[in-house]
Amino acid sequence: MSGLTDLPLWAAILVSIFVLAGSAMTLIGALGLLRFRTFYERVHAPTLGASLGTVGVLAASMLFFSVTRERVVVHEVLIFLFITMTTPVTLMLLTRSALYRDRAEGQDDLPDVRSVEDR
Amino acid sequence: MMARVFAYPRLSVFVLIVWLTLNQSISPGQIIIGTALGLFAAVTLSALQQPGLRAGNPVAILRLVGFVGLEIVRSNIAVARIVLRPRAERRSGFLTIKLEIDDPYALTVLACILTATPGSLWVNYDPRTGLLLLHVLDLIDEAEWASIVAGYEARLKEIFR
Repeated sequence: MSGLTDLPLWAAILVSIFVLAGSAMTLIGALGLLRFRTFYERVHAPTLGASLGTVGVLAASMLFFSVTRERVVVHEVLIFLFITMTTPVTLMLLTRSALYRDRAEGQDDLPDVRSVEDR
Repeated sequence: MMARVFAYPRLSVFVLIVWLTLNQSISPGQIIIGTALGLFAAVTLSALQQPGLRAGNPVAILRLVGFVGLEIVRSNIAVARIVLRPRAERRSGFLTIKLEIDDPYALTVLACILTATPGSLWVNYDPRTGLLLLHVLDLIDEAEWASIVAGYEARLKEIFR
């Protein structure tokens, strides 16, 4: 494993910026989970970590390993692809179950999704 | 059986590329395993009897990817602002939009884009009426959301026609 000493200064600075930006975005998403008041608002918060948060950390990883191993490392792109394809499915299922529960409990101000249930 | 093995050449090639990238190797052994996995994926997918995919125009696909990338950055910043702002007036809520596209693949891509973009969430689509139910975090202007969705639709129509 090549150590941090192999990393030139310019790359170290860029990697730090990417890591900090990505984790800051994820932290803001986590704060959003705390601060938002309803379930439907809260579902939006984690997408910060799943989009730009992931991009920041993955960009740092790609840069770090491309520089220290002296070849282009791109398989982090796959992580982004898989996260982007799978997170929406989870979020949609969560929201639809919440909507179903709330309607079953008699909150009539919520929109109807019965057209899908009886298909 | 043979027809099913080669039913989805693009999918098979994609699985092969994913496999080689994951293993970071283009040795003959990995190529054989990746090809076998790709062909197996094609057989599995034909068992699901999906309608045929007519994706076209790689330029339009690249333009969509670029546009979505910019939108994701823009909406990340917008949602981060909402989180960090001290409790301000904000209205989140459900929104119904009439969709023009009805291709199942185009709808799938649209659902992933809208949900992966912070601030908007695909909740339900009714294929009989073509109505999409969306939940948005910042529901200031319904017409603006409708035009954002219409922008995606126009780009998707270029790809899936």
